[in-house]
Amino acid sequence: MNRFIRKSFAVNLGGIRVRSRCLCGAAAAGPSGSIRQSNHGQEQQCSGTSIAQYDIAIVGGGMVGMSLACSLASMPLTKHLNVAIIDSNPALVNGIRINKQDPPDPRVSTITPATTSMFRDIGAWQYLQPYRHAYFDQMQVWDYTGLGYTRYHARDVDKDSLGCVVENKVLQSSLLLCIQNADFQKRIFPSRLVSMSLNPGLKSKQMDGISSEISRADLAKLHLSDGTCLYAKLVVGADGSKSQVRELAGFKTTGWNYSQNAVICTVEHASENQCAWQRFLPAGPIALLPMGDNFSNIVWTMNPKEALDRKSMTEIDFVKTVNHALDHGFGPHPTSSLLGKGNIFSWFGAGVPTSGNGGFEIPPKVVKLASERMVFPLSLRHANDYVSKHVALIGDAAHTVHPLAGQGVNLGFGDAFALSRVIGEAIAVGMDIGEASLLKKYEAERKPANIAMMAILDGFQKAYSVDFGPLNILRAAGFHAANYISPLKRSIISYASGEQRLPLFT
Amino acid sequence: MASKLLHRVRAVSARLKYSRTLSPTLAAFASSRLLSDVAPSASTSPAPQSSGSSDKFEHNAKSSSVRSSLKDPELAKFSAIADTWWDSGGPFKPLHLMNPTRLAFIRSTLCRHFGKDPSSARPFEGMKIVDVGCGGGILSEPLARMGASVTGVDAVDKNIKIARIHADLDPVTSTIEYCCTTAEKLVEEQRKFDAVISLEVIEHVADPAEFCQSLSALTIPEGALVISTINRSMRAYATAIVAAEYLLHWVKEMAGFVYNPLTGRWSLSDDVSVNFIAFGTKNSQ
Repeated sequence: MNRFIRKSFAVNLGGIRVRSRCLCGAAAAGPSGSIRQSNHGQEQQCSGTSIAQYDIAIVGGGMVGMSLACSLASMPLTKHLNVAIIDSNPALVNGIRINKQDPPDPRVSTITPATTSMFRDIGAWQYLQPYRHAYFDQMQVWDYTGLGYTRYHARDVDKDSLGCVVENKVLQSSLLLCIQNADFQKRIFPSRLVSMSLNPGLKSKQMDGISSEISRADLAKLHLSDGTCLYAKLVVGADGSKSQVRELAGFKTTGWNYSQNAVICTVEHASENQCAWQRFLPAGPIALLPMGDNFSNIVWTMNPKEALDRKSMTEIDFVKTVNHALDHGFGPHPTSSLLGKGNIFSWFGAGVPTSGNGGFEIPPKVVKLASERMVFPLSLRHANDYVSKHVALIGDAAHTVHPLAGQGVNLGFGDAFALSRVIGEAIAVGMDIGEASLLKKYEAERKPANIAMMAILDGFQKAYSVDFGPLNILRAAGFHAANYISPLKRSIISYASGEQRLPLFT
Repeated sequence: MASKLLHRVRAVSARLKYSRTLSPTLAAFASSRLLSDVAPSASTSPAPQSSGSSDKFEHNAKSSSVRSSLKDPELAKFSAIADTWWDSGGPFKPLHLMNPTRLAFIRSTLCRHFGKDPSSARPFEGMKIVDVGCGGGILSEPLARMGASVTGVDAVDKNIKIARIHADLDPVTSTIEYCCTTAEKLVEEQRKFDAVISLEVIEHVADPAEFCQSLSALTIPEGALVISTINRSMRAYATAIVAAEYLLHWVKEMAGFVYNPLTGRWSLSDDVSVNFIAFGTKNSQ
């Protein structure tokens, strides 16, 4: 059953949550190693006379970091907190200008319904609505063997949509507007984190008399690249997969690189696309996600050499290969049933209408390329711990996943909202928010969920990287199971939509 | 396993109230160093300190007079003890684990009683609260963060020193007034508070009824009183019963404290047979 669940998990809710960390200057291409100082090393000099003190320092003003700030601003228990946001991206200070006539940016994210409702709760969704975004209520997943397919519909779970595809810059801008309009004490530091001193304990506190310049032994001290220093009770690492905070705090990670790159671009159709499509090819899946206005986003995973070829070939050739990959390329279309008319799975869903009876459809043809093609390497990485005293990691800093199910940034948003809730609970009982025991509550909530998701995605990635007859048949059986066994289908949709935290039948 | 852990908690709270120290070396240190050391006797009454000097001593906690009496080596030693006491993964872990649950109860009952907004970050702003038997300040500090003007008292001077050192780390908690004294002494000084809180103390008191009277005298009319106790040994049970008889006519709300050994978490429940916390108010008379 587990295998079925994993297999049928070939649900691509979308694209990728690519490189939102491009907005996190903190983790940008590293300068020399001399910048990285140990916690016990010589402290840099701080410019300015007195050192400002904040409750929370969010390192990384990308989508996930800003969603944490917005979430804190929206809750009565936490809205009085004093927050510093550290990110060298000038857009955070100058604002992000979006022209509605602009062609769609290739960097998009698919937001699950759970994330959408969290955005509504914090009041950020209203800033997103004027701009291009596309809900989709259908999804089709199949592979190159032509042995099976699965078709999902939002009405299988009595919902209106399965997800929403939004450009990253639109998400970014909405969160920025939300925080700017909130009655919330925040200060943006347009700089990079260089080093950090965490509380060494009371024992080494220097008591130099009655002066008020006693160094605050109960706070974390941050040094930025422009010379400023600040104190914070809690440092949140939201600075992406190459997190500086994670490195400075000494968190170990586990992970590996996939021998795959993803090619990302936007394409145009002759008419509106309203369904999300994903086809598993021998080298990796290709996904087509609706973006609105006849545009779709392509995420195509393949080995690095092919990726380079596809990026450099002419636009016309590229469009041809895309259409080929989505249609007859690499293998035939799947037929409606694996075992003939009397499908053995149909009795599982007897009496319950599902979209399993909808036939296989061919995705809409791509007419032209609408943006540049970008290529990104893919990897899996997971921090062994998310928290320690005064430090917490959220988003890609804590976990990086394969884009094949569009879950990456949704996990990050889940982290941000969980952490803000835990902080609120701590303030309700008057606890120090940098306290490790409290942060462990956040870790205990998010780590199992994130690891489960990562394991499933990794399982899929591995299951689909082998072209082997019996395995192909098993995968096809998985497609059929997901298509026709309604409780399973509902469970899959519910899990992928973020409604259910863990992948078991709970 | 639950009883074993509760045993540890009881041992912990016993240690807090008496100068039974954390380690043999510290015992030697404590008995020679401290001005006002309560003899670690079987007597359970919170005996008054050599009052005058120690009271004044602690009232000026923040001024340099405290610092001058504690030279750097002493300070370093106390800091080490404070570190251990306050380490939420250290020997006082059960106490730290229990704390958020107690605070949740206190917050909800006091907010309701005084008509404060429970969703505010500092609901106790403007209220005077006394923590009788404050130990290292584990309850006093969160109360101060919730906006209250807190006075913490404990019969053991070492606890007060630990509490002072730790509270001074954060400007919000450095306003807490710590005194090495007893409830009876505070009554003599005619101190009054909006809320009087005494957690895990009453089981160690020789005369619980008299203790409760002192606590009541410290409360303003229509003020609040919160008491909790561990109900584990027959003796403690009997003590609590006696106190409860006195208390019963004013107890408004009681909750049981239950420890779940599987999750390692304390929670509130209706089961008061093991450990309970009670809230009541004083009628205006």
